[in-house]
Amino acid sequence: MASLKDLKNRIGSVKSTQKITKAMQMVAAAKLRRAQEAAEAARPYAQRMAAVMANLSTAMSGTPGASPLLVGTGKSDAYLLVVMTADRGLCGGFNTNIVKKARERVLALQAAGKDVKIICVGKKGADQLKRNFASLIVDKMDLSGEKKISGATSARIGDKIRHMFENGEFDVCELVSAEFVSVISQKPRAKVLIPAIDAIDEGVERPDLGGAVYDAEPDEETILNVLLPRYADTVILSALLENVAGEMGAKMAAMDNATRNAGELIDKLNLVYNRTRQAQITTELTEIISGAEAL
Amino acid sequence: MADKLHFDLVSPERRLFAGNVDQVVVPGEEGDFGVLPNHAPFMSVIRPGAITVIDGGVETRTFIHGGFAEVTPAGLTILAEEAIAVADIDTAKLAQDLSDAREDVSVAKDEEAREQAAALVAKFEAMQAVVAH
Repeated sequence: MASLKDLKNRIGSVKSTQKITKAMQMVAAAKLRRAQEAAEAARPYAQRMAAVMANLSTAMSGTPGASPLLVGTGKSDAYLLVVMTADRGLCGGFNTNIVKKARERVLALQAAGKDVKIICVGKKGADQLKRNFASLIVDKMDLSGEKKISGATSARIGDKIRHMFENGEFDVCELVSAEFVSVISQKPRAKVLIPAIDAIDEGVERPDLGGAVYDAEPDEETILNVLLPRYADTVILSALLENVAGEMGAKMAAMDNATRNAGELIDKLNLVYNRTRQAQITTELTEIISGAEAL
Repeated sequence: MADKLHFDLVSPERRLFAGNVDQVVVPGEEGDFGVLPNHAPFMSVIRPGAITVIDGGVETRTFIHGGFAEVTPAGLTILAEEAIAVADIDTAKLAQDLSDAREDVSVAKDEEAREQAAALVAKFEAMQAVVAH
């Protein structure tokens, strides 16, 4: 049996761990609120953009001059997966779930005979995917340097993807990230980014023009060419923001669990400590009494 | 004129304005245009410049960079990559930024950096033109 001193040390160390997890939980809660606000604030822009894109794309997709960003290259041989994870661990199964989804996607695509490339956004995903698919990872980006996720961050990722697309390195691009369902639930999902025509939700609300058609200036094609990259950036940005919110939610839940577990452990250790102490006293007393009797 | 125009100004980070106004003048790619209530459906790319919101005789100007305007029967929506109220532009800082950006152009090491710096110069010049107006 462990000595009293050992037990005391253990209780002390569990207590300080509990303090840390408690603090991390509170930090995550505060960050979650901010992340949710940011995701919320970005929504109107994304919604309006999606509505405009839906309008334009239906008008443009039939024409021969349509941008490949919109209608695709006409092939689907090479896939680019952009896997978005967090930069830090200690957030439960959050990163693992995203990576699992990405792995399933890669294996499914490979089984179908497609060529797969991966860009990892976020450190944790890169670390985990390296084990199985090191040769497929073409680029890694980590966002730990960014204080705040902004349009510039998503533009950087978007530029990279477009650059690769223009060089013909892939035909279809998918984003793998976490969908923020609620604070305690994040669902990993894969979403098509390029060709954009597949990315536009059927459910997008289209404004009722009352039978009138849009006048466009300069013309629809130019507008579409200006908007397509921006649309992709918007999709990336909202995925990033949602990911951050999901990460914080997962972290909060994980740390809450850890704090509770530490509390239980402390209770148990305290019980053992008290029992051991009493046993020791009893032994000492017995010894003294039997000693006195012997005299 | 009882009718009002519903006007939304949104940037990727947040919604900057939402409400009813009398008129909005937008610097379109091919020239300025004014939007009044019941305008026909219309969309346009916006060149860097200031939009003017007129409501109850009061004019408010906002600098827009990288924008897009859409007019539907429901109103006018402007999607702007960047937007700042003209009254909030710090002229001293702007002049400093502009000269910094110009310097960046002249010392840029490669084509990409030069292009980036040149884009910044163009943006700051547009801002200055708006302030001077």
